[in-house]
This record gives sequence, structure tokens and C-alpha cells, in this order.
Amino acid sequence: MGTRYSFGGDDHIFAEVSEEMSLNAFFKSLSMTKAVGESQIKGLIEICPANASYQVKFDPDQIKPNDLLDELKKIEGLTSKTDATLKTRAIEIPVFFNDPWTHETLMRFRERHQDPSSTDIEFAASINSFDSVDSFIEAYTNSPWFVSMVGFVAGLPFMYQMVERERQIEVPKYLRPRTDTPKLTVGYGGCFACIYSVRGAGGYQMFGITPMPIFDPKQEINYLRDFMVFFNPGDVVKFKPIDREAYDHYCTEVEANRFEPKTVDFVFALEEFQSGIDAYNRKIGKKLYVN
Amino acid sequence: MSIKVVKPGLATSVQDLGRPGYYHLGIPISGGMDRYSLRAANLLVGNDEGAAVLETVFMGPELEFDKDTTVAVTGAELPPKVDGESRETWSEFEIKAGQRLTFDFLKSGARAYIAISGGIDVPLALGSRATYTLGALGGFEGRNLLSGDLLPIGKSSNSSRGKCTIPAALRQSVGSEVELRVVPGLYWHRFTAESQKQFFEDVWKVAPEADRIGYRFQKGRPLNFMDREQPFGAGSDPSNIVDSCYPYGSIQIPGGTEPIVLHRDAVSGGGYCMLGTVISADMDLIGQLQPNWPARFVKVDLDQALKAREERNKRLGQLRDAI
Repeated sequence: MGTRYSFGGDDHIFAEVSEEMSLNAFFKSLSMTKAVGESQIKGLIEICPANASYQVKFDPDQIKPNDLLDELKKIEGLTSKTDATLKTRAIEIPVFFNDPWTHETLMRFRERHQDPSSTDIEFAASINSFDSVDSFIEAYTNSPWFVSMVGFVAGLPFMYQMVERERQIEVPKYLRPRTDTPKLTVGYGGCFACIYSVRGAGGYQMFGITPMPIFDPKQEINYLRDFMVFFNPGDVVKFKPIDREAYDHYCTEVEANRFEPKTVDFVFALEEFQSGIDAYNRKIGKKLYVN
Repeated sequence: MSIKVVKPGLATSVQDLGRPGYYHLGIPISGGMDRYSLRAANLLVGNDEGAAVLETVFMGPELEFDKDTTVAVTGAELPPKVDGESRETWSEFEIKAGQRLTFDFLKSGARAYIAISGGIDVPLALGSRATYTLGALGGFEGRNLLSGDLLPIGKSSNSSRGKCTIPAALRQSVGSEVELRVVPGLYWHRFTAESQKQFFEDVWKVAPEADRIGYRFQKGRPLNFMDREQPFGAGSDPSNIVDSCYPYGSIQIPGGTEPIVLHRDAVSGGGYCMLGTVISADMDLIGQLQPNWPARFVKVDLDQALKAREERNKRLGQLRDAI
């Protein structure tokens, strides 16, 4: 099916590549936004790739909305054969599951949740047919995740689980969004994991917290000196479960500006991944841990 | 020169015309919510239209000046006073070294813009001085003002040009019931025909949860979504979608109950489906709405939206000519 285009008022065009999430839809949206970025179309202000869609903001005083729409459709025609390889990096993110801070917050907003009698992670484990929270965490941390969108708030990554659809975790968002979420909460909504880069509102289920800052507007943290946002669409993430002791240790390291994220560069190939997912993921794991 | 913040007001921040170009990383444009009034304030004191000013909400700050300068207050009807003496809004006025600028109670609107000759000279962050409080970025230390802050003021480029004021017809004003024009679209097809109609019929009221990120509306009838099997990845609520980008001005309706119109500090994306988008010409007006203010959404097409934008541009031209 082709892309669905819609105007967002008089100064945005929204393009939905697919209603449902898939890696193919993500790759198509990413390659289209790349091509739009290289197109030199006048009047473009923002080009924003998302999971299975993208959006541009433009200045209607410089280009007529319908003319821009024609240009975007033309670009879609030219990029329909997607180049499904991506130069990227794999990153290890330590996560302290069932931490006291997200627990306090989820208890505070219980009346906005589908199942007020359990915690977010118990609820997610149960509706995804895991026999325990531990086996849920094991599934969560065994496979890598694709950063398929950066946004919501500054530098927040949306991550898509790199397993067959049957094995993917899916959960609803809160019935009504919370007005508070601790900074660096590892959350989940629909089929996406996320890390809340800053404290603020949110509608995703909350499972744990990472000690690793991913946004630094002051650009003082050593690995965020070049740019204040850590993630890019296309990054691959591997979560590592940690306990309170390790969490506190990492926090001390971050505080002393000694912490360096564990990362490795590699080229992701969509076709090879899809022809043998577990083998491919093991390869990614090896790259990350052999170096 | 600098200004000492004696009292900060309710929520006062440094704003300009914002930082486009980083929305794809979740960093919104920010800047003044009512850009027309922000531009007017700058023009009155001889600044560039996009110089940094103070945006203050509902209750003004108390500021002490260390040098003679000129000031203008526009936007909401928040009457300024210099050492207790009333001054006009939408007009340039002088303030002497050692004098204090305070404000009377809010008469109408929600956000006033305080421009000072030379502009507020906080450092640029990603090309703008606008405050994005959620990301602790830009403005004065990335936050709203606090008592004791010392705001640096830039070098004034103008010599006094006599008394300058903006004619009543060119001042921003808020009607007793506001109309916000909307281009339906985005996930419009997800709402039932009845709900599509009803959204534009009901009188909505601004909810208490209304800020720079978004304005929430309530008191309209709940809206219903078309039945469907939810697509993979969207989540099970019928108002959920696979997380996508959110246009500025887009209207999302979580659970079908309370529409939220995203504004200058918008969240850049998320998983609630949107019914359409408030047109660019009406965005400034939203920034002047108080909680509980009645508003109706009016359905327009793209051509009408572009026409409205043209009219707004014309009015901006008249504003520039008036000074």
C-alpha cells in the first residue's frame, strides 16, 4: 500500500507509510526523509522521521502546500526501492528494573492505569503471557532493539524489539497520560520501549530506570559534549539488567564524568536480519561484547 | 546593563521567535506563544522583531533596573507601573535607573510580553534565546525566572524616537467566545461521522492543564472512534496510533475525552491520534486564553487557512508601518 498524505494545518505535511509498525515501514520512512533532506526543496523547516511515518514543517509563504505535496510524492516514487542497509552502532544500556523511583510514581498515578491492582511490569508480563516478571525481563534484555524514532521530548528514543512479531511485547498506554515521569525511566507503550530523557508527562508503562543520561543541554557530560542528544534513529540498543548496587556504582561514575557508554559501529542489513533473526542478534551481541 | 528580578511572577521566561530545526530530535521550536504581541513589543522599543523578551503568565514580575532605558508591554492586558505609577500597555515608556517595574492585576488575556530596549542578552542555545523548560534549554539557565536573578540586557541600538504607541485596531484582543480554525486531517478518519460533526458544534472550555506544551480543552461531549482491529504496535485503546510526529497546533484526543492542542513547547510525537490542526494564523490567540475560557473549533479547508495566513501577514505589515 502507498503512503497516506495529509496536511497538518497550512504548514505541515504528514506522511503515513504504514498504519502498523514494521521494520520495513521504518526503513522506508527513514530513506524518504533522507531523500527529502537532500532534495533542496525551498521552504522546508523541519524534516522529522517517525516509526512508520514522517512529517515536514514548511513555510507556506515560500512554497505552496500542494506544490510541496507533489514534490514529496515524486520523491516517494524515486525511493520506492529502499536501500535497506544502515551504517549504525550498537549501544549497551544498563537498566535497574523495578526501581523505587518509578514504583513511587506509578503508585501515585494508579487511577489512570488499566489495572490499578498490579504494577506496570506485572501487568505487562501477565498480558504478554509470561509466567513471571523475571522471565519478562529476560525476554526484554535478550534481544536488541532498534531506535525507530527520536522525539516526544528532547532526545527520547523509541525502540522497536528486534524479534519476530509473535515474540514482540505489546502493551497499552496509560488510560490517561501521567503528569509526571522520573528522568531516565525505561518505559513501554504499544510495541515500543522508550527512555524518558527528562522528567515530565508520559503515557507509557514504567518498568525501570537507567543511570545513563541521554540528554544534556549543558553539554558537560563527556559523551554528550559534541551534541546534547545521544540517540539517532537507526541506533541499536541492548539492555543490560543491573541491581541497586550496580545502579549506584554507575551513578557515581556518571557523577564523576567517568562513565562511557559501551558502543560498537556496524552495518545493519535488513534482509540478512530477516532471514535469520536470532543468529543475526547473536552477531550483534558478539560485536558488542568481544571488543 | 542588567535587570534584577525582585519577584518572578507566576511563570516568567525569556522568549524570542524560537529555535527551528531540532524537532526531529524532540526539541521543539519554543519562543513566544503569542508571537504577534512579542513582535509588537520589540518594535515599540526599537529592537529587532525577534529579540528576546520576557513572557509572563497571569501575574507579572517585579523588576529593578540599573540604567535608564525604554520598555513596552504588549499581549495580555496586564497594566504596568513604574514605581507605582501606571503606564500604558502597547506603548513605549521610559524607566530610570533604580526604578521598579511592577504590574497590576490581569484584566484580559493570559500572556504579556515585556520588551526592553537592547533585548535580553542571555547566551544563544542552538541559535535561540527561547526557554524550553522541559529540556532545561536556553533562556535564563533553562528555566523560569526566580527572585534574585540578574538578567543581562543587550546594547540598545536606538535613540529615543518619541512616544510610540500601537493603535487599538492593531492590538491583540480576545473575544468573549473564541473561535479557533481547524483543518481536519491527520487521523480525522478515525473518528465517527457523528463525532466529527459534534467536535465543531460543542462549546469547549480551556482546562486548568494548559501551558506552553499544549492547551487542553474540556466540557464538550466525548468523541467516538471508528471500530477497527488496532494495527500492530499502536496499543489497544481506539485513540492509540503507532507513535508518529505531532504537528504544532495538532489536536489529539486521548480516550476521546479532552482535546489537547499542541503549542510552542510541543511534544514532537506520540501515540494519540489527532483529529486535525489549528491553522497557523490562530496559534497566537491560544496563548492568550485563560483557564475556563469558552472556545469553539471552526472547520476550514486549506485554502481558507492560507487566506487567513495572508491576512495575518498583512496585519503584521500594518503593525510595522504603524511604528
